[in-house]
Amino acid sequence: MTFRIESEALQPETWREDLQSPLCGAYASFEGWVRDNNDGHDVHKLEYQAYEALALKEGQRILAEAAKKFPIERALCVHRVGELVIGDLAVWVGVSSAHRDEAFRACRFIIDEVKHRVPIWKKEHYSDGDSGWVNCEACAAHDD
Amino acid sequence: MKTIRIEYFAILRERAGIADEVLQTAADTPAQLYSELELRHDFPARETLKVAVNDEFGSWDMHLQDGDRLVFIPPVAGG
Repeated sequence: MTFRIESEALQPETWREDLQSPLCGAYASFEGWVRDNNDGHDVHKLEYQAYEALALKEGQRILAEAAKKFPIERALCVHRVGELVIGDLAVWVGVSSAHRDEAFRACRFIIDEVKHRVPIWKKEHYSDGDSGWVNCEACAAHDD
Repeated sequence: MKTIRIEYFAILRERAGIADEVLQTAADTPAQLYSELELRHDFPARETLKVAVNDEFGSWDMHLQDGDRLVFIPPVAGG
């Protein structure tokens, strides 16, 4: 069970093999990609920033929770930081287990919890030159 | 007075214009310290934020110790 943060382009090609085990009959993975729009804005790039010391601890806790909640064998989650453009891989989750149901469910649990709990922030840069930290602009709106 | 080191991320880093600072403060809790900084750096209201002390989630009303490292955590948006 490993959670990592990387600042270079994610290369998940070999990660599937890392999750293989003779005990496992199922593998599920999730890829989060940068898309070109959000809330009606044209997005042309994203910037991810992490509070790495705590993000790694919280990510690791999420994987431990997944392993407790579902009978899975192995899990890996890797989150990208830095500047990303449309189509880039922002986050990757992979889970292996004896049967498919727990692989799907654990994969879903991990990505949902990572999005809600891990101290990583996303800044969107829009085609019109504007930009904003996702989920932060509303909290800061009073003084704009 | 205590010496507290604060690291800023995301919108707070932009508002403060710095990534970190070391402060001498009489503040007893992260909440009190945030109130001081809110005005100085034009930070958003505290309600939507969390706080971490020494790289672990903390509470707004815990007692600060000399040498503590603080991070205020705006709403996260990973994935």
